[in-house]
Amino acid sequence: MTIVDDGTGRVDLSPAVSDEIKYTTCYMCACRCGIKVHLRDGELRYIEGNRNHPVNRGVLCAKGSAGIMQHHSPARLSQPLLRVGERGSGEFKAISWDEAMDLATSWLDPIRSEDPRKLAFFTGRDQSQALTGWWASQFGTPNHAAHGGFCSVNMAAAGLYSIGGSFWEFGEPDWEHCRYFMMFGVAEDHDSNPIKTGLATLKQRGAKYVAVNPVRTGYAGIADEWLAVTPGSDGLLVLALVHELLRAGKVDLDYLARYTNAPWLVIEDPGADDDGLFARDGDGNPLCWDSVKNSTVNALATDINPSLKDRVTLPDGRGAVPVFHLLAERYLDAQYGPDAVADQTGLSAETIRRIASELAHAAFAEEVVLDVPWTDWAGRRHEQMIGRPVAIHAMRGISAHANGFQTCRSLHILQMLLGTIDVPGGFRYKPPFPKPAPPGLKPAGKPGDVVPGSPLGGPPLGFPQGPDDLLVEANGTPCRIDHAFSWEAPISAHGMMHTVIANAHRGDPYPIDTLFMYMANMAWNSSMNTSETMDMLTDKDPDSGEYKIPHIIYSDAFFSETVAYADLILPDTTYLERWDCVSMLDRPISNADGPADAIRQPVLTPDRDVRPFQDVLLELGVRLGLPGLVNEQGTARYPGGYPDYLANHERSPGVGSLAGWRGADGQSQGQGAPNPDQLARYVDNECFWHDELAPEQRYFKHANRSYLDYAVKMGFIGHGDPIVLQLYTEALQRFRLAARGHGEQQPPEGQRKRIERFFDPLPIWYPPSAVDGTVAEDYPLHAISQRPAAMYHSWGSQNAWLRQIHTANRLYISESVAKEHDIADDGWVHLESRHGKIKAQVRIMAGVNERTVWTWNAIGKRAGAWNLAPDAPEVEKGFLLNHLIEDLLPPDDANNPGAHRQANADPITGQAAWFDLRVRISKASADAAVTEPGFRPLPLPPGVGPRPAILRYGIKKGGGKS
Amino acid sequence: MTSLPSIPPAKRLGLVIDLDTCVGCHACAVSCKEWNTGGHVAPLPDTDPYGKDVDGVWLNRVHGFEAEADSSSNMAGRTVYFPRSCLHCEEAPCVTVCPTGASYKRGEDGIVLVDEDKCIGCKLCSWACPYGAREFDGDGGVMKKCTLCIDRIYNENLEPAERQPACVNACPARARHFGDFNDPDSDVSQLTAERGGVELLAEMGLKPTNRYLPPRSSATVGDGASLEDAADAGGFLGWIDRVLSR
Repeated sequence: MTIVDDGTGRVDLSPAVSDEIKYTTCYMCACRCGIKVHLRDGELRYIEGNRNHPVNRGVLCAKGSAGIMQHHSPARLSQPLLRVGERGSGEFKAISWDEAMDLATSWLDPIRSEDPRKLAFFTGRDQSQALTGWWASQFGTPNHAAHGGFCSVNMAAAGLYSIGGSFWEFGEPDWEHCRYFMMFGVAEDHDSNPIKTGLATLKQRGAKYVAVNPVRTGYAGIADEWLAVTPGSDGLLVLALVHELLRAGKVDLDYLARYTNAPWLVIEDPGADDDGLFARDGDGNPLCWDSVKNSTVNALATDINPSLKDRVTLPDGRGAVPVFHLLAERYLDAQYGPDAVADQTGLSAETIRRIASELAHAAFAEEVVLDVPWTDWAGRRHEQMIGRPVAIHAMRGISAHANGFQTCRSLHILQMLLGTIDVPGGFRYKPPFPKPAPPGLKPAGKPGDVVPGSPLGGPPLGFPQGPDDLLVEANGTPCRIDHAFSWEAPISAHGMMHTVIANAHRGDPYPIDTLFMYMANMAWNSSMNTSETMDMLTDKDPDSGEYKIPHIIYSDAFFSETVAYADLILPDTTYLERWDCVSMLDRPISNADGPADAIRQPVLTPDRDVRPFQDVLLELGVRLGLPGLVNEQGTARYPGGYPDYLANHERSPGVGSLAGWRGADGQSQGQGAPNPDQLARYVDNECFWHDELAPEQRYFKHANRSYLDYAVKMGFIGHGDPIVLQLYTEALQRFRLAARGHGEQQPPEGQRKRIERFFDPLPIWYPPSAVDGTVAEDYPLHAISQRPAAMYHSWGSQNAWLRQIHTANRLYISESVAKEHDIADDGWVHLESRHGKIKAQVRIMAGVNERTVWTWNAIGKRAGAWNLAPDAPEVEKGFLLNHLIEDLLPPDDANNPGAHRQANADPITGQAAWFDLRVRISKASADAAVTEPGFRPLPLPPGVGPRPAILRYGIKKGGGKS
Repeated sequence: MTSLPSIPPAKRLGLVIDLDTCVGCHACAVSCKEWNTGGHVAPLPDTDPYGKDVDGVWLNRVHGFEAEADSSSNMAGRTVYFPRSCLHCEEAPCVTVCPTGASYKRGEDGIVLVDEDKCIGCKLCSWACPYGAREFDGDGGVMKKCTLCIDRIYNENLEPAERQPACVNACPARARHFGDFNDPDSDVSQLTAERGGVELLAEMGLKPTNRYLPPRSSATVGDGASLEDAADAGGFLGWIDRVLSR
């Protein structure tokens, strides 16, 4: 029998999709897309991208679409927990919120009245640093930071000190006009969706896309040209490109003279206390040489004729030289020539010369002209916007090296020389950036700033401009537990979370009482030196029998590895169950066409005894009587919790968490009185606010009268002066002068040489081994990790859908490494660093730098954690490179184990240098076919589990179909 | 055996997938899973979802493989990401092989579907499909497959702009396009014509509807010739020979 049936009428083509739609903001990674959540029968039916949202314009990545499974994760914590077994045993009992809050208060209250520094409050990947930093200040402790010290402080700091902006949250490529795009070392989520959409736009337009990355996956996989750079050598490549462009005179002199400090005169007076600083007039204005007047003039004046070359004599008789002249002298040197850098970068000199030629062609032969009149800072009208269409984007592959700050500075130098900062086709600032380079905010927490029972008097993080801004005691020792803003890492603008546990364990510079962490998986993938971190968290003082870190409070929504290492667990909600804020005071989601911020609103009501961390923090503040959190009667200033705070808290008069719909009538934006109705206005507008700049404000923002006035009005910058881009970073020279013995604030003797060498005001390149001392002959391979597009840190493995994409990770090796060590595909190997040894299974691939091995980040899991089966592939086949990476470098004095140990970090910013890992590889037995090291399985805490044996998500209640 | 529609469908709905811009992010796969586990073919079960042998039903999967450089077509070496789902063939062997009439091709738009009430789970269709596009739901004992989001594309409860397959809506790289290949003005027809859209395994004669756009030739800028030295007759930086202004 043959069945004849065309199926007509068999399908319901218009089923009801949802009975309610709510808009909110995604939190499956840090991209923070707008989402439209469909609810059916009170359950999540479908999450899609919001078409009106400035970040994602309707698209959504794998993580975002898997939000349903995150919300239903069997690893969700369900009640407050108190440790009952030994720390690390994972033995807990459930307690009430009253008990939990009483206990936390009983630990924190005495600290605050005796020595607030004994609270170290560090948060991980949270997006509420505007709140947490302010809370720490109110408590009075300088010991606060988020995870930026691990992640990308090198990018942020180098950008802010150079151009008053940076990549990702601070700026973006001009996808619509760019002709030549170079992307350096970008993980596949920084930022997630805009880059994917942008790359598609570029390719459709026929622009050339060059990926500079040791690994050819994801974004690099589709590049027009892939440069398999050796990890840590990017800076050398960039300076070789600078060498070529300078040699050929292919730099934008007009741009340099007009918008950068290229003409500023640098004092040349060796031995003087101002050698290498800018020559200034009596009012403090920098000087340049006017080539028509033949005299020094105020370099900030308009209608001057700045000279970029030749040494001159200052009115006081001393010598000085324009920044550009110094710069050209340095990079024209043969040491920066393509032939000299080829071996170290792993790229041929011919390739480097060709890339330089292509950059020059795109910049100078294909300029972009927009017929948009605009007015510059001095009121001069220009009929067109003319740009050089070369754009660069970079992230952690540049950042997580001990030379990352200078490498990132090199990238900005290259952009400035080509005249591509905030021009059509180039890099574009996202408001509230640009800010003055560097921003004027200084970190609080100097010795006198910490007063028991009182607030800190300022935010704990900021931008030091010289030794006087450091947070050090009179003898030079650090004030902060993480040693941020000390001589070890003077410009650690995001703090140094990666050193907190090691320093607290050693009591360096002082013991602490309570370590309070939020969303930071420090006992696993968020630490370098993971195994020893677990040991440090559980180590006891042999005399007292007490833990060396006496109290640990941890807040997380999920049963991560770190839960087992805390004493008190404050369970958080998922991102779909709370109010939240993506603030301009924190990490904005603006795009280059205008500022934006956003909120999250609760889409679902928690079905567990959990509370939003931000509410808990505010309540703790009330219990502790923190000044900003209570009113004069001592009762809660924000009785409505976090939403009340979001609408009504003012950081300074008129400036609050959210920029949209301010003022009593909701008619103001940027600045204005609190609006009690503000959150409702956000909800009405799909939970975001975005202001579109006028066309004449969209480029040259650093020097655009209309934009600068707008930015002042909005409260982004304090005054409307143009922002001069800094080829030469004077702040670095101030530290160097101290290292040479000038000034009252002096580095410890052991730090002088480091400061002198690394704090060069013009970028230098040095191998990471110059900082960490690894010997290439012993450890010939580089080892790095990449983040897959479908995973965010350790979160994805508890997600039933995402874990099917990356259930385990392999060690990817090049064909030449495989051949050299006789390793077959799927074979097992040992990987050994100076610090540790792991075992893993390999996959051979072509698209990797020949001397580099790599793996996916944070796929490996500890047995029992995240409510995965103890024999899950993440446990038995997955692994972390973290076990191989040191958090502290060997002692400065090899013969004295107690000698000072420097953080394994960039010496300028303290950025954790986890991409500097060097290893050797050897064949291992495949007998056990299980990765090493393994750890005792963690038991499930009360209220977590059981995990389902099958998921049939989506069946309508009652078993019917939609 | 089951017959195909006796007259060619008026519309040929399908997808164009751009291998030039797909970065292998799996957005399409997860969005598909999310929509369809609650949609026409609900559910798409996951067995042992948090255990050792996790396995699930996915109607769209993304594979990656390395391709070496090809100078003849000016193609750089790259990683190719290849999303795989039902191609809605005109000569669908999965339909003709079906012993119960469960597999069928719709007469009006050519979408290939499974009527689960008739499916006996014999898996003949998955053996017949050379593209590996069918997914057996062992829990339900029935075969599942891409429906081209038939419960979205005509759905009057959705905004008009949203009446597209979930994978197309989600794709951040805009690498997926939906439309009628019988309409020469549709995006899918135009893209196929402009970019040389490829029919997978054309030699098998199954006339798949979906098309894959091959990677573009690598873009070039300028002639790449080494830069000439700037004339330096006036000494160091002598090439800066004009007055600049601020």
